[in-house]
Amino acid sequence: MTVSQKVVLRFPSEVADKPVVCELALQFGLKFNILQASISAHREGVMVLEMLGDKSQQEKALSFLRDKGLEIESLSQDIRKVEERCIHCGACVGVCPTQALYLEKPSFLVKYEESKCIACELCISSCFTGAMEALI
Amino acid sequence: MSKLLRTYEEINQKIKEGKAVVVTAEEVIDLVESKGVEKAAQEVDVVTTGTFGVMCSSGAFLNIGHTKPRMKINEAYLNGVLAYAGLAAVDLFVGATQVAKDDPLNKVHPGEFKYGGGHVIQDLVAGKDVLLEAFAYGTDCYPRKKLTTWINLRDLNQAYLFNPRNAYQNYNVAVNLSDRTIYTYMGMLLPNLDSAGFSSAGQLSPLLNDPLYRVIGVGTKIFLGGGTGYIAWEGTQHTPTVERTSRGVPKAGAGTLAVIGDLKGMSADWLWGVSVRGYGCSLAVGLGVPIPILDEETMYYCSVKDEDILAPIVDYSSAYPNGTGEILGYVDYRTLREGSILVQDKKVPTSSMSSYRRAREVATLLKEWICKGEFLLTEPVLKLPGIESGLQFRNLPERPVNNNFLTGGR
Repeated sequence: MTVSQKVVLRFPSEVADKPVVCELALQFGLKFNILQASISAHREGVMVLEMLGDKSQQEKALSFLRDKGLEIESLSQDIRKVEERCIHCGACVGVCPTQALYLEKPSFLVKYEESKCIACELCISSCFTGAMEALI
Repeated sequence: MSKLLRTYEEINQKIKEGKAVVVTAEEVIDLVESKGVEKAAQEVDVVTTGTFGVMCSSGAFLNIGHTKPRMKINEAYLNGVLAYAGLAAVDLFVGATQVAKDDPLNKVHPGEFKYGGGHVIQDLVAGKDVLLEAFAYGTDCYPRKKLTTWINLRDLNQAYLFNPRNAYQNYNVAVNLSDRTIYTYMGMLLPNLDSAGFSSAGQLSPLLNDPLYRVIGVGTKIFLGGGTGYIAWEGTQHTPTVERTSRGVPKAGAGTLAVIGDLKGMSADWLWGVSVRGYGCSLAVGLGVPIPILDEETMYYCSVKDEDILAPIVDYSSAYPNGTGEILGYVDYRTLREGSILVQDKKVPTSSMSSYRRAREVATLLKEWICKGEFLLTEPVLKLPGIESGLQFRNLPERPVNNNFLTGGR
């Protein structure tokens, strides 16, 4: 069964320069979509990845990555909405590419559906009150 | 004016007796739809409006009390934000868009503008201690030259919000025709028409429920920042002469209000310091105006719906910054709130800069205050300039200045 799963991969400095992610396709037959990637000053890397393919192959691929020294987290933890800072204006709604943030009708409250988030962080740039936080 | 149904005195008498019939500007729409304007006007005494959004041209006057020895403050900072001190000895004015002095601004674009005057006002209202650093040159009567202390709203002699321009009657819909993301006071706008920003409470907005300024005027008591205030004057850039629809609703930013109110009665929940990426700091303000239903015409105007209100679509990558006045089309607020609009045949997702949810809460709170007899209406002492004033929005006519007159500024 083909499923989609979004994960955050953290590369320690000794792995950051190794070709690892391509093995997802070569060894495990998975498609992947890199949503975001960065390497910090100390050469550690962070990558947000969407994996598409067989569920059991994905599990094998993740344990392969762990063996290579990567830390793996599920994506949904990484963009957080701080409710007490949200003024429910909706400035984030029109720029959110996946409608993870939306205005609920008729309450007109801004709601956040974490499972739809691809961590593009446009909501963080568009929020006036610092209500959206990245925990990467 | 159509037949007078009730006076301010009669409405206030009913409010004191707990008998006033009050509905919000949202509730009144269904009422008029089902019963008609005439019947609704007979039943309802007051319609409450509300808005909550980022409103530049806001600020607060603070009198911090005298020091011993005395000091005539020349330069002052509140939590690192410059406050205007050129008023007297210890009167300060903190403006909403003033950015903290060590902020990197837009040196790395887009700047984050994490703390500014709007945040200082919110912190004061929240009851937090605020750091005051003040400097003076010293005089015989005011010898002190330096002051560093904590101040708190409760200890100030006077602290009042004075916002020269709030509650804009209608506003632009901002889009971006360029090929790069732009950061504006209408929010972040994605390139190639990938997002649109708008900002009005529409059918709940105070001046859109009294489009010709028949009942809202100088002296009208209002909901301001969670407390009460008054309309002090026409707001800056008040422009009653813009194009209007057949029901008198302006098709662009038109009327504005200058408002005043005691900061000590306000709440940090309704005065919110904001950081607009790439633009700067400001203050989100909750503001609501009660409209007395004096006659049927007042009720007719209060029954305005989002679909009756049109806003101009403006390109903020070129037309707005260059002041060309070019408009890409008009769209109504019902469509804007549905989540997307059509611009140049492209479906563009919309973002609201002002909170419709909290606009509704303002109107509801104001309704509750009136129903409980805690808030009486005041009759304006002066009308706001209407269409007949001919008041136009003027740009600055820049004139060349001979070098002999330069005073040494930058």
